[in-house]
Amino acid sequence: MVPWFSVLAALAIAVGLYIGLLVAPTDFQQGDSYRIIFVHVPAAWMSMFLYVVMAIWAGIGMGLKARLSFMMAQAIAPTGAMFTFLALLTGAMWGKPTWGAWWVWDARLTSELILLFQYAGVMLLRTSIDDLRRADRASGVLALVGVVNIPIIYFSVKWWNTLHQGASVSMTAAPKMATIMLTAMLLMTFGFWMYSIAVVLSRVRCVILERESQPAWGNPSAVSEVAEAR
Amino acid sequence: MNRPSLWEALRGVVRRDLLLAMRRRSDVAMSVFFLVIVASLFPLGVGPEPAVLKTIGAGVLWVAALLACLLSLGRVFTADYLDGVLEQMVLIAQPLPVLVVGKVFAHWIVSGLPVVLLSPLLGLQFGLNGEALGVLVLSLLLGTPTLSMIGAIGAALVLGVRGSGLLVALLVLPLYVPVLIFGAGAVTSSMAGIGGEANLSLLGACLVVSLFFSPWATAAALRIALE
Repeated sequence: MVPWFSVLAALAIAVGLYIGLLVAPTDFQQGDSYRIIFVHVPAAWMSMFLYVVMAIWAGIGMGLKARLSFMMAQAIAPTGAMFTFLALLTGAMWGKPTWGAWWVWDARLTSELILLFQYAGVMLLRTSIDDLRRADRASGVLALVGVVNIPIIYFSVKWWNTLHQGASVSMTAAPKMATIMLTAMLLMTFGFWMYSIAVVLSRVRCVILERESQPAWGNPSAVSEVAEAR
Repeated sequence: MNRPSLWEALRGVVRRDLLLAMRRRSDVAMSVFFLVIVASLFPLGVGPEPAVLKTIGAGVLWVAALLACLLSLGRVFTADYLDGVLEQMVLIAQPLPVLVVGKVFAHWIVSGLPVVLLSPLLGLQFGLNGEALGVLVLSLLLGTPTLSMIGAIGAALVLGVRGSGLLVALLVLPLYVPVLIFGAGAVTSSMAGIGGEANLSLLGACLVVSLFFSPWATAAALRIALE
């Protein structure tokens, strides 16, 4: 499955970037700097979405005592943190020419920063507990507790009157942007999504091999590779 | 043998923890002194301009209260974890979340209540006037229990983990941010003349939600730590 998703991701991101950077017209107010949204918005969406998915896997793991779902949660965390960081970074790059500041203490920016800390907390808690079973479940509890923040991030632009603009795209209303820009953005989102699946699946493969390196049922050559790497 | 009722169990836990705290008063005094010292460091660092101090006062006091709560989190479960009392609490017939509520309440009385009682004095140092002072006390009264409830989850998660003191700060501080924003916001908006009611209501909502969810999450974390 990993090659399929990787190819899909590469295609969608390539086409999305092509449309976004070359085909889409220049914005009459913001000039070309607006083009960062083709990375920024999909990254921000993925950062929230992946956190929820991670929490769901952790919740399934807690409920059914399934080890694989904890491994999925473990594999998702770094990708989610990467997208959160990407969203913050591209946001800063966009904010400098548009708002005149790299960073403002606005509700959405702050809550997205907290999301990054939460990803870090979940990963740190996992690495600092030696017992695997306990590490899984403790970081699962933390991930579930942190879900409270997701609606706060999502609705922060509605609840507080802040500098960050409201949502330009919604399921219910007609989008407030040109179709060509929307196409590019949705393509990029799709590409990021496929990328996440590909990366998470290959990471979870490594996690499984690492954890199950003792019994003989795993791929023998890969198992010995992991053993050698240690 | 008749089982003590839920209420008796809760009271027993609170009584025991308060008694233990009273036997080691220096621990309690330490977090209070910490609060006072942190709050006094800011005027020294920022400079003694009354106008500046007045604007940052509420935020500084809230951050100081937050750090004082954080430092005392290690005491909630660690001693009981080390001497095995916690294991008995998990095994006992009373539901663990109720016992957790008792322990967190005792922690709040020892570490949160002194902060609330001391805050008017510290607020005066920062030049807050009558109404803002009242709102500050009220916001801390609503906010510090929430801090204890959220903190208990973190404290239970890191039980017996290496470097737990620093780790608990990393886990819990992001979750403290909303409380900090609403708490300091209540004082700031009451000073701006638009009244702190909205922020105080939000703080109350945070308290109710954390009171409902945190004991379960903490109990789950304790079971994980003890298995």
